[in-house]
Amino acid sequence: MDTSLLLQLTLNGLIVGMLYGVVAMSFVLIYKASQVVNFAQGEFLLVGAWVCWWFLTEWQLPFYAGFAFTLVFMMLFGLVLQVVVLRPLIGEPVISVIMATIGLGIFFQALMKWIFGVFAKPFPPIFAMEQVRVLGLEVQTVYLASLGVSLLIMAGFGWFFKASKHGLAMRATAFDQQVAQSLGVSVPKVFAMSWAISAVVSAVAGVVVGVVNGVSSALSFYGIKVFPAVILGGLDSILGAVLGGVIVGLLENWAHYIDSQWLNWGNMFQIAPFYGLVLILLIKPYGLFGTKNIERV
Amino acid sequence: MSEETPDLAPILAAEGISLRFGGVRALTDVSFAVRRGEIFSIIGPNGAGKTSMVNCISGRYRPTQGQIRFDGQDITRLGPNRRAALGIGRTFQNLALFGHMTVLDNIMVGRHHLLKSGFLRGMLYWVGGAQKEELAHRREVEEIIDFLEIQPVRKAVAGTLPYGLRKRVELARAVALKPKLILLDEPMAGMNLEEKEDMARFITDLNAEWGMTVLMIEHDMGVVMDISHRVMVLDFGRKIAEGEPDAVLAHPEVRRAYLGEDALEAEPVEA
Repeated sequence: MDTSLLLQLTLNGLIVGMLYGVVAMSFVLIYKASQVVNFAQGEFLLVGAWVCWWFLTEWQLPFYAGFAFTLVFMMLFGLVLQVVVLRPLIGEPVISVIMATIGLGIFFQALMKWIFGVFAKPFPPIFAMEQVRVLGLEVQTVYLASLGVSLLIMAGFGWFFKASKHGLAMRATAFDQQVAQSLGVSVPKVFAMSWAISAVVSAVAGVVVGVVNGVSSALSFYGIKVFPAVILGGLDSILGAVLGGVIVGLLENWAHYIDSQWLNWGNMFQIAPFYGLVLILLIKPYGLFGTKNIERV
Repeated sequence: MSEETPDLAPILAAEGISLRFGGVRALTDVSFAVRRGEIFSIIGPNGAGKTSMVNCISGRYRPTQGQIRFDGQDITRLGPNRRAALGIGRTFQNLALFGHMTVLDNIMVGRHHLLKSGFLRGMLYWVGGAQKEELAHRREVEEIIDFLEIQPVRKAVAGTLPYGLRKRVELARAVALKPKLILLDEPMAGMNLEEKEDMARFITDLNAEWGMTVLMIEHDMGVVMDISHRVMVLDFGRKIAEGEPDAVLAHPEVRRAYLGEDALEAEPVEA
C-alpha cells in the first residue's frame, strides 16, 4: 500500500470536492429560488473560463483585473439569461424549462467552440511557483488558492442567506412566492439575482479549473459531475451541496487509488461517484439533507 | 374599542370591483371605502367572496373590472410587492409563516422594503451605515415583538410553534412592514376563547395606538360586532349591506343571508 499516494489523493479529493461543492451550491441556489433544474450549469463554468482567458491573453490584462472583469461580465450574463430566456417561461411546465436550459447548454457549448476553437488552451502562468509543499505533499498553488476561494465563497453564502436582506428574501421566496410578494419582495428580482450569483460563482470555479487544466469544452463536464453532488446532498440544501461535492471529490480520488493499486481497470474514478449516489439514495431517497415532500391528501 | 371618531377621508376605495374565474363570478360590482383609522370588517357566508376581495386589494388577484385606490393612488394594476411597499400588509387565512425560519427571520422578511442596504452596502457591513440601520430596525422589530408578547419564542423556528402563537407571529410579520392598512384574513379562525380575546386586544391596540387602519375578515360575529367601526356584508359576491355593526345586523337582507328566508318571514324585523 502506498500511503503517501493515498494521502495525496485524499487531499486532491478534498480540494476538488470543495470546487464541486461551490458549483453545486450555485446550482442549488437557482433550484431553491426558482425551482429550475439548470442543465446549463457546466456551461457557466465554460463561458466564465473562456471570457477570463480572453481578457488575460487577448487583452493582456493582469490576472486580478481580468478576473474582476470576468465576474462583472458573468453577473450581467446571468441577469440577461434570466430576463431574456427564463422569465418568459415562468409558469410554464417544468419540463419546458428544463428543455430550455438543456438548449442553452448546447448553444453555449457550440458558441464557445465557434469563437475559441476546439483545442484546450492554457492560461498564462499566474503564480510564481507552480507547486508548493504542504505537510510533505505536493500541492498545486492554484489548488491551494482555490481551496481558499471555495471557503470564502461558502462563508459568503452563509452570511448572505443568514443576514442579508436579499438572502432572507430569497429564502422566503423559495418557501412561498405568494407570501413573499405580500411582504414586498419582488419575485422576478429574486430570480434574476439568483441566476446572476450562480453564474458568477460558477465562473470562479471555471477559472480555477481552467488555470489547472487549460480551458476546453471538457469544463462543462463539471455540470454533470455536480448532479451526483447535489442529489447526494438533497436538491434544495446549500450545506448538502457542499458536503455532496466533497463526497464526490473523495469518492473519485479513492476510486482512482483503488484502481491504480489493485484493479487496473482504468477510468473507474469517473463512475465511482454515481455508484455512491445510487447507494446513498437507496438509504435516503431525499438525499442527505433534502426536504421531504409530504403530501397530504 | 377606540373612542375617537375615525378620519372620514377614505384610505382605500374600491369601485365597481368584479372578479370572474371563467364562468364563476366571485365578485360582482362591489364598491366600498375604508376610512383612515377605522376597523372595517367584511362578513358573509362561506363562499361569499370575502377572501377574493382581500386578494384583489393585496394584489394576488387582479379584478376583472373596477378600480382600487389606496391613499389617493390607483393601485389596480400594481403587483403585490409594490402594494406592500406602499403600505398594505396582510395575513393569510391558512397560516403562511416561513416554517423553517426563525420567528425573528420571519419578521425581518417583513422589513424587506424598509431595509435600504443593497448588496454592496451590505458587504461593507461594518464600514458603511448598514450597522446603524440594522440597529434601528432591530429596535423597531423588538418593539413589535414586545407588543405581541412573543419574546420567549423569538429565536424559535416558526414551524415548531403552537397554532395560536403562529397566528401572532404572522401578525407581527405583517406589522413589521409598517403598513398603513393591514388586511387580516380570519385572524381568529381555530382559536379558543382566550386566544380570541388576546387577538381582539392586539387588533384594537394596533388600530388605536399604532394608528393602523384594519380591514378584517372574521367569522366570529361576537368579535366582529365588538371591535369593528363599520361592517360590510357580502353574499354570493354582491354587497348586501354596509354600515355600523348594529345597523347591519338589523338589515333584512343580512338576516336573510344568515338566517334564511323562512326565518325572516316567521320573525319579521322592525326598523
